[in-house]
Amino acid sequence: MFLLTPEIRSWIGHREPPVTVEVSRRDIVKYAIATEQTRRAYLDGDEAPPMFAFGLFRPVTPLDALGPDGLPPAAAMPELPLKRTMAGGIRLTVHRPVRPGDTLVGVRAIADIFEKEGRRGPLIFVVTELAIATGAGAPVMEETLTRIVR
Amino acid sequence: MPRLSEVRPGQEIPGRVHTPTNVSLFLYNAAIWNPHRIHYDERYATEVERHPGVVIDGPLQGDWLAQVVTDWLGDDGALLEFEYSNRKACHLGQTLVSGGEVESVDAASGRVRLRLFVTDEAGDVTSPGAAVVRLK
Repeated sequence: MFLLTPEIRSWIGHREPPVTVEVSRRDIVKYAIATEQTRRAYLDGDEAPPMFAFGLFRPVTPLDALGPDGLPPAAAMPELPLKRTMAGGIRLTVHRPVRPGDTLVGVRAIADIFEKEGRRGPLIFVVTELAIATGAGAPVMEETLTRIVR
Repeated sequence: MPRLSEVRPGQEIPGRVHTPTNVSLFLYNAAIWNPHRIHYDERYATEVERHPGVVIDGPLQGDWLAQVVTDWLGDDGALLEFEYSNRKACHLGQTLVSGGEVESVDAASGRVRLRLFVTDEAGDVTSPGAAVVRLK
């Protein structure tokens, strides 16, 4: 039950370098169609659905960096003794919607790493916090993402 | 469009029926740039990661819950807080139903708290969620 070494736990608080992204109307429209949105503002790309930001800051890496599971190496993450990663959940605080033409800066940090005994064995929870702001520093959104590794 | 004066705790919020297909799931993962093979490579998903089938993304169910809120709000309110957790894995071929209800109303601030859920064919909640919105 004690999977998390002091070395792994020392990653809590680790902050990644800021990532800057430009939001395009076309990317919003693609997301809106793939998620079956019904609001005109989303389908026209005038405004992005709240969960659009989740994909916006996912890592974009060269193909040869992708692992056998297809995933990029978790950018600043400790090596964990369990390997299968599942979505856990997301909490969003929304200050304003994302719009086409936005240039946004995201800073991700590891907020917590903890373990629990699940019904079918041990689970490791990795919680990251992503702060999204404009280039001028005005807050847009905060995303807390929990991943479950088993 | 909901009006603050007419919203009551326990009021049902309409949801939707979602049946992802190979194509819609592929486009979703392309849109969020997610190359994890459990979402499009059936053989890999079942033989290597031992899932019962191609896995429907947890955040996609999260988006359906956000849509319960934004469809209800229309242009007349703002989403302030939103959260969900994925409790039960879902696989391609399943039909999932989203929905919600008003949990509490604070008339002074215009803030309304919503309870949200995605359920599967068995009636189990696969992804519970919650949101705080501000109504005019």
